[in-house]
Amino acid sequence: MSVKKDNNWEPVILAFCCNWCTYTGADLAGLNRMKYPENVRVIRVPCSSRVNPQFIIRAFQKGADGVLVCGCHPGDCHYATGNYYTRRRFMLMKRLLEYNGIDPKRFQAKWISGSEAAKFRDTVIQVSAEIKALGPNTKFVGTYAPQTATEGGQE
Amino acid sequence: MARIGVFICHCGTNIASVVDVEKVAESAKTMPGVVFATTYKYMCSEPGQAMIKESIEQYNLDRIVIGSCSPRMHELTFRKMLKGTKINPYMLEIANLREQCAWVHTDREKATEKAIGLVQMSVAKVANNKPLTTSTIPITKRALVIGGGIAGMQAALDIADCGFDVTIVEKEPSIGGHMVMLDKTFPTMDCSACISTPKMVECNAHPNITLKTSCEVEKVSGYVGNFEVTIKEKAKYVNHDLCTGCGLCQTKCPTKVTSEFDQGLSKRSAIYIPFAQAVPSKPVIDPSACLKLTKDKCGICEKVCPIGAIDYKDEVRYTTEEYGAIVIATGYELVDWASMYPEYGGGKYKDVITGLQFERLVNASGPTEGHIVRPSDGKEPKDVVIVKCVGSRDPKKGKSYCSRACCMYSAKHAHQILDKIPNSRVYIFYMDVRTPGKGYEEFYDNTRRDGAQYIRGRVSKIYKEGSKLIVRGEDSLIGKPVTVEADMVILATAMEPSPTVADVANKLGIVIDADRWVTEAHPKLRPVETQTNGIYLCGTCQGPKDIPDTVAQGSAAAAKVAALLCHDEMETSPMISYVDPNKCSGCGFCEGVCPYKAITMVEYAGRDGNRRVTKIVAQVNEGLCQGCGCCNAICRTGCIDLKGFTNDQILKEVDALCL
Repeated sequence: MSVKKDNNWEPVILAFCCNWCTYTGADLAGLNRMKYPENVRVIRVPCSSRVNPQFIIRAFQKGADGVLVCGCHPGDCHYATGNYYTRRRFMLMKRLLEYNGIDPKRFQAKWISGSEAAKFRDTVIQVSAEIKALGPNTKFVGTYAPQTATEGGQE
Repeated sequence: MARIGVFICHCGTNIASVVDVEKVAESAKTMPGVVFATTYKYMCSEPGQAMIKESIEQYNLDRIVIGSCSPRMHELTFRKMLKGTKINPYMLEIANLREQCAWVHTDREKATEKAIGLVQMSVAKVANNKPLTTSTIPITKRALVIGGGIAGMQAALDIADCGFDVTIVEKEPSIGGHMVMLDKTFPTMDCSACISTPKMVECNAHPNITLKTSCEVEKVSGYVGNFEVTIKEKAKYVNHDLCTGCGLCQTKCPTKVTSEFDQGLSKRSAIYIPFAQAVPSKPVIDPSACLKLTKDKCGICEKVCPIGAIDYKDEVRYTTEEYGAIVIATGYELVDWASMYPEYGGGKYKDVITGLQFERLVNASGPTEGHIVRPSDGKEPKDVVIVKCVGSRDPKKGKSYCSRACCMYSAKHAHQILDKIPNSRVYIFYMDVRTPGKGYEEFYDNTRRDGAQYIRGRVSKIYKEGSKLIVRGEDSLIGKPVTVEADMVILATAMEPSPTVADVANKLGIVIDADRWVTEAHPKLRPVETQTNGIYLCGTCQGPKDIPDTVAQGSAAAAKVAALLCHDEMETSPMISYVDPNKCSGCGFCEGVCPYKAITMVEYAGRDGNRRVTKIVAQVNEGLCQGCGCCNAICRTGCIDLKGFTNDQILKEVDALCL
């Protein structure tokens, strides 16, 4: 994918979606043949609390222009309390990223239930438009050094 | 090096009409590790699956990616297919090319580009998949029911009828719960005791049921199929093995205190059988009232007991037993309206009573033998006001929820008053009348025809003038204040969960909501299961409900328990967390965040270089872990990981998508 800023530039947006709510909601959007931009790619995780802040840093390092973390609404977590941790963790994460010069619009956490297909579509449309307006992300890009990664640098 | 096969499905024209599937397959061939890629009209079909199996043999594949519909649709299908091949069923990833690509996009070029990206992501992930095996755990074929009300009794009877041993733990000296206090049940007006006491007797007589009254759950450990429960038996001060239940002790006991069963409308002795039909029909001593236990005086019951069953030295006993399944049925209590509504007298007027007190008043076995009289002076009331939604649907003062049974029991109370007291008048202040149930609306209509006056509005104040209670409220339909001179006021107070529920839920590791109702696993599709496997719920611990719904839920929970206990062992999902004890620093963060109490800190004998070291590390209980991965994200050393969704796998997905 090209990282040129021109009219045809498409951002790379990653969406970590929990299996029980948002991933189901995204499937439902498909079932209802709703339309949204192609630039958002979903990574399925069991629970939004599975999302390690490291994944987000890595995404920016590797050139993602935006990252979404989506889970069940607070109180509705399939695993009872997981999304409360998500909420706390990423409130902090957002501020850390902002401190490092990443626009807060580039990293967003959203609650989308399995029935909220329209909310999934609207979120994708909105985030995609916001990040398109911001242009390509340059922070962190290319700073990934395999040897220091926790997975033991198995590159 | 991995040998990956990629199979792109056309899904008829569902995928192929938007995504250039051939181009995706061609592109897949260039991805690292891919040795074979192809397309097919319907991968999930019989010939599609046969083609995949043949390709696995022909190209010696060791893992596969299928680009098709959502993994939520056919992941299990393809895993099942792999069971018949040399590949482990978990060496499979599915790229969602239908729901999250072809169906939501129209631009063929961009959709194809995205599809290639999604396949690339799955290829990167599957390259890091490891074979996983399901393990089996044995199941203890016994069930524990917490709470001996109608919900718990129904669940216990149904489980016991399936041939499994059941223990009922009840904190009170008798089973029966609230239903046995009631007089008649709406809408059929059958006698509540007449239909619930046979159930109590049946529970006592059933060869598969053990009753543990005056008992509470002290501690719960273990997991589905293998719970270990410590039960605390309170001191009864009466040896129930000897006691014949003759009742002589309670007639001679000189100490009289307020009867809980009669809702404060009568007295009971300090040694007491809670009510006539109690099961077990044997007395216990109330240690806070008994003169012998509080002041070391009296001792009459010991003297009169013909068989020497009284034991003042009785102590709390603990027993530990194993169960395969647990049902929570802790029921409800009424809200403490007196503290919420000082404007209704706050409890200082004796003739302002709750619906449950009225049930005792109108009950033939109650303190007045069924005569409806004013608790203050014993006179028959002529004008009765019923106030609905006291504490419910009132978020400012009480609870926001609807207490659900009140509309119907208030209609029943009105009907009973009009029926029993000639020339009586009943005024019902209501917000809405909610009667969803079989025969309920008809019952309500009949009550209105009987002469009950329904006034739509709230009551703002109740005060006393002479012997009368003045009820001031509003009739919102005519928009004017109204005042009723009443002889008695019945408050339809809201149900709230039993005060013990938070403690029990905490011990069980299950979730309660802001109002303390037990949360079900899914409000529609798993209504009698909790979030924790092997723990089920029924009755009013889950939310306000009437008797038919409670009984139905009791049977439903029993069916779920039986479906679990009928197996000798169960398969567990292999996609759970595991700890690398050598990397674990023993910080214990994971233990704190686990919603299932699946992580414990244990001692581990490991190595640090050549030295032997003993340290504290986290350990995952495979029976309890549900695979949410919350512990993974909090781990500082990255030593705890989730099989099937490892850090490595997800990072590779991220890399693949960002390239």
